[in-house]
Amino acid sequence: MKENGKIPHIKSVETRHLEERERLFSGLKALDRRTFLKVSTGAAAAAAAAGVSNHFHSFLPVNVAYGAEGAGAQRFTFAYISDSHLYVKKTNERFVRQLLRAVDDINRLDPQPDFVFYGGDLAQLGRKEELDLGAQILKSIKAPVHMMAGEHDWYFDMGQRWNELFGAQTYSFDHKGIHFVVLMSVVEKDFWSSRGMSPAERMHTVAGLDNAVQSAFEVGAPQREWLRKDLEKVPTSTPLIVFSHSPLYKLYRPWNFWTDDAEDVQAILQRFDRVTVLHGHTHQVLTNRIGNIQFHGMLSTAWPWPYAPQGLPALTVQMNRPNPFDSNDGLGDGSVSVHPDGLVDKLYNLWNRNPMQVKASYLTSGGKSDIPVAPTLASY
Amino acid sequence: MKNLNVLAPILLSSMLAAAADSQTASPQQSPTTPTGGSKTVKLCDNKTTVQVPNDAPKTRAEGQKISDALMAQWKEANPKSNWEQAEIEAHQVVSPADNTKLIGTGQSATYGTVTPQDVQVWKNETYKMAVYGSTVFHSGDELGSEIAVSCDMCHPRAANTHPESYPKFQPQLGRVALLRDMINWCIEHPVRGKVLAPDDPKMRALEAYIIAQRKGIPLDYGKR
Repeated sequence: MKENGKIPHIKSVETRHLEERERLFSGLKALDRRTFLKVSTGAAAAAAAAGVSNHFHSFLPVNVAYGAEGAGAQRFTFAYISDSHLYVKKTNERFVRQLLRAVDDINRLDPQPDFVFYGGDLAQLGRKEELDLGAQILKSIKAPVHMMAGEHDWYFDMGQRWNELFGAQTYSFDHKGIHFVVLMSVVEKDFWSSRGMSPAERMHTVAGLDNAVQSAFEVGAPQREWLRKDLEKVPTSTPLIVFSHSPLYKLYRPWNFWTDDAEDVQAILQRFDRVTVLHGHTHQVLTNRIGNIQFHGMLSTAWPWPYAPQGLPALTVQMNRPNPFDSNDGLGDGSVSVHPDGLVDKLYNLWNRNPMQVKASYLTSGGKSDIPVAPTLASY
Repeated sequence: MKNLNVLAPILLSSMLAAAADSQTASPQQSPTTPTGGSKTVKLCDNKTTVQVPNDAPKTRAEGQKISDALMAQWKEANPKSNWEQAEIEAHQVVSPADNTKLIGTGQSATYGTVTPQDVQVWKNETYKMAVYGSTVFHSGDELGSEIAVSCDMCHPRAANTHPESYPKFQPQLGRVALLRDMINWCIEHPVRGKVLAPDDPKMRALEAYIIAQRKGIPLDYGKR
């Protein structure tokens, strides 16, 4: 990186990265919008010069800087946290600390996101104490929070406590011209009654990602009907953003990286011009496009999953293989920058690493432009 | 130990049924304790018993009833007796190499040709070790985790454990690591349990399971 036309002393990648961040943030204090854009652009240019053009900082100013499009354009950002898998504190405080780290990340964002989306699996074993602890921690988020349920929240009491705390698991809302839909995509057919399982055994079975005794996830007919009705009144030109805990496509059945009726749900969504689906469950950077529908995964704050041995979408650029010696590697949170046209740039704020950004233009170009930087250590 | 408990009663129950069928006296019958009009029949664990009236008809069906009653009691007392089947169903452990083409050829362990029983024993015993490994792999309690974490939480079906890449230099440890060194590292840190001795049955079983799940992948030691 050049400064004042001079080539600086040789510094390590880490030092340069940290200095860059520091400069960006000190520069941002008390700036008006014009200067602010300049600083952001400068930081982006510096990053480009350093050869990390796709590694934008996870912090919102850079995203907002893109938004210099015409007046009236409704560009906004929301943040996400997902898959915290909380046990009660006395069992495991590590997962609790990691969720707190994500909450701190989000609360430090300046400007604040319009809202924060929680991607499901707040609890590990669906216990009241775990859900209550999670609810209490999420209360300290400054922005409004929208919740989604995951299978770990659900199969101890079949969602009873979750519903008491957070309301209905299936709902929709509108925000700045976008229609948002939240689905409960981890419905499982009854595998427990015939086996005489207790609620705890049922939960334990579902909690094992690789446990083959459980059923496949599905949205199910009643919710598909609800979705059809909900979208009836929405014009096809309205951009949709859909949240589902499991990916709304079929990736790898043995780990339930899968929704059994994905095609039926996609069929309901296909008539819209611009659809984005954001999902949890997979704990990794995951990118896909099927027709008009763009799919993005969310990071976990608890532990990373490896990539599935089969079925990885061609558009997915993998995140780096997590380093087991770094307990927070492969984890994180992130944000979603919504363009005026309703498509999104998805930012994965990988803790202790450069963030990864997957832009809408990467997906619309079929992977030809704005390709995210591939990792050096891919999955085995 | 577990395994003996599973097999022995099954063998005995078939013996019981056969004995009743041939109208001979029941095995393990205690001649010294005839209690009036009935006798005590014991299971081979020497604990489980049923009372059988002396005038009970000596038919196959009657023998099966005795055997079923004994087994039902035993299963009640040993609820995890089907742990192996349950583990295989839940976690689909990859089965070991098929050696049936060796049957009738060459020399067996000591003498003679390889028999179907030889092949069966090799397979069963090897598989059982991997299946036991799977139970440890999937259980924070078995691993001694203080924070309810188990291996499968980061490595479903042992994905990304890459046993084929060991031994390799592990810069974070500052030395060449074997698979078991990495298992122990994970037990100590992410799992937060106590490290296992290299010959601990759990360590041996964990290695067996991890290697089983990567069956067919070429060895490539030192691979990063």
